[in-house]
Amino acid sequence: MKFQLLALSAAVAISASATAADLKPAVVFDMGGKFDKSFNEGVYNGVERFRKETGIKYKEFEVTNPAQREQAVRKMAQRKADPVISVGFAQASAVEKASKAYPDTRFTIIDMVVDQPNVQSVVFKEQEGSFLVGMLAAMKSESKVVSFVGGMDIPLIRRFNCGYVQGAKYAVSNAEVISNMTGTTPSAWNDPGKGGELAKSQFDRGSDVVFAAAGATGAGVYQAAKDAGKFAIGVDSNQNHLHPGTMLTSMTKQVDIAAYNSFKAAQDGSWKPGINVLGLAEGGVDWALDEHNKDLITPEMKAAVEQAKADIIAGKIVVHDYMADNTCPAMN
Amino acid sequence: MNDVLLMLVSILDSTIRVSTPLILCAMAGVFSERSGIVDIGLEGKMLAGAFAAAATAAVTGSAWLGLGCAIIVSVGMALLHGFACITHRGNQVVSGLAINILASGLTVTLGIAWFAQGGQTPQLSGDARFAALEFPGAAAVADVPVIGAIYSELLSGHNLLVYLALLAVPLTWWVIFRSRFGLRLRAVGENPQAVDTAGISVAWLRYRAVMCAGILCGIAGTYLSTAQNAAFLKDMSAGKGYIALAALIFGKWHPKAALFACLLFGFLEALSVRLQGVQLPVIGEVPVQLMQALPYVLTVILLAGFIGKAIAPKAIGIPYNKER
Repeated sequence: MKFQLLALSAAVAISASATAADLKPAVVFDMGGKFDKSFNEGVYNGVERFRKETGIKYKEFEVTNPAQREQAVRKMAQRKADPVISVGFAQASAVEKASKAYPDTRFTIIDMVVDQPNVQSVVFKEQEGSFLVGMLAAMKSESKVVSFVGGMDIPLIRRFNCGYVQGAKYAVSNAEVISNMTGTTPSAWNDPGKGGELAKSQFDRGSDVVFAAAGATGAGVYQAAKDAGKFAIGVDSNQNHLHPGTMLTSMTKQVDIAAYNSFKAAQDGSWKPGINVLGLAEGGVDWALDEHNKDLITPEMKAAVEQAKADIIAGKIVVHDYMADNTCPAMN
Repeated sequence: MNDVLLMLVSILDSTIRVSTPLILCAMAGVFSERSGIVDIGLEGKMLAGAFAAAATAAVTGSAWLGLGCAIIVSVGMALLHGFACITHRGNQVVSGLAINILASGLTVTLGIAWFAQGGQTPQLSGDARFAALEFPGAAAVADVPVIGAIYSELLSGHNLLVYLALLAVPLTWWVIFRSRFGLRLRAVGENPQAVDTAGISVAWLRYRAVMCAGILCGIAGTYLSTAQNAAFLKDMSAGKGYIALAALIFGKWHPKAALFACLLFGFLEALSVRLQGVQLPVIGEVPVQLMQALPYVLTVILLAGFIGKAIAPKAIGIPYNKER
């Protein structure tokens, strides 16, 4: 866990107030809810681990509509919570405003960059993890058609999509990738019915492996894959256990470690503002192999993916980042 | 040619799946609104039904018990709505909204308390779900051109609740337009004084109407959580109740027209799913946003120009007051 060392070794600027006794951490979850079995749940697992290890309780809030975000983040700062973890890109503007209004409060935002002196931004190289699961999908596919279901149509999700396409085409050069987005509003994270319909339409067009990066909408995609006897790939948390035999793998983002480290660093005084970019090299993203999917992954697939992983870390394969220039050459 | 046919069959197949909850809710709306009770609460009753069905099915392992429980809960909500706006002559829109908010909050709260999975219910499988029904001979005729595809893909292979929804339409039509109960129900929605003068209880008629609506919403909810999906998820009705309400108005409070409105909405939804990211001849790739806006744009256009004036039952939304 290079990444943990990274955060812990960055021990500077010890704030006197940050002793265990009066640490009042807080989390603001986003629209999917803290049990979305995916992104928010990853953060929940991280802060729960912190609570169990240290006995320090945290305040929490689940945002249920977009208007609550700013109010929720400010409220936490107002109630002297510190540090405050904001989950998700959508809370960026809320964090930006709150961090200006409460310059003494430390904020950690996950999945987005907010450039303020008291904000720590944790972002992931989703394209690298998606590349690996894209390879697995293409290698597993018999029709050589694989597909992608995104949640809300935003650059971040297109980054997943773009990495996935690149990986699929890297493994099988003539692979075809069908890509769909669930919607353009935040409700796209919470629409399993539509997710299932999208997946079914992709299966009708020949796809036999589907990757969902869509929050709770993914549940519908996985169910559709299970009902149709196809394969699905989970996202953010390790979702292999949801439907063993159907879930080919999961593209994991170590949001739990990011959340845990933020609290932990605040506790021992090593919390530092700035941008943390976590890719394959830092262990921030990865693909999941466990007892639920080990029968689906052949030794050849595993070897190819591990080789690509090493190559990406070594810089031999460069995965294009959609958000760098808002284009995806692999999809044209 | 065959590709086009398969694409068409697959879109129509998806249309039926997407339209099912809309049809059930629209028929529920026909009963309630024809009797003079505005039913904004379709969404809430469906959501409560979905939760009840998934929770019961998860505990007992029986989709049928889930269906029964969903109907009981949904009828309970309908009676609450009735108690507020029939017995106590409350504002029907406010009461309906209260039902929606209550369902949205209560389902998640109970879900957390009972299953500790953040308001979701455990995943259902096997008998806890309504499985797809294969028509006899569907596999055998699947290879016959045109008819085979239509029979085996489009007609066969849905679950029981889909067929139930399609049966609900003629049944609703018969009850509303051919039975004595239906005649009185329509009368009470147009002119409750006349019904009262004839010695028939306005309140009891309206209560029966909202109970019918409750039953249908319960079935719609069961479809969402145990047939279309395999668990209850927070706010999984995702506005379908409101769309059904729009379809009801679009269909001028008539079961047959409302059915077509529901199928149209379902078709547009299915079409937008299929056409996403597909290269169309001449036009090229259509942006996702445009495809998703299409159902709403078409609704506005059709409502504005093509269906003419939608006239509501005369006494709708007005609480009946016997003594003046």
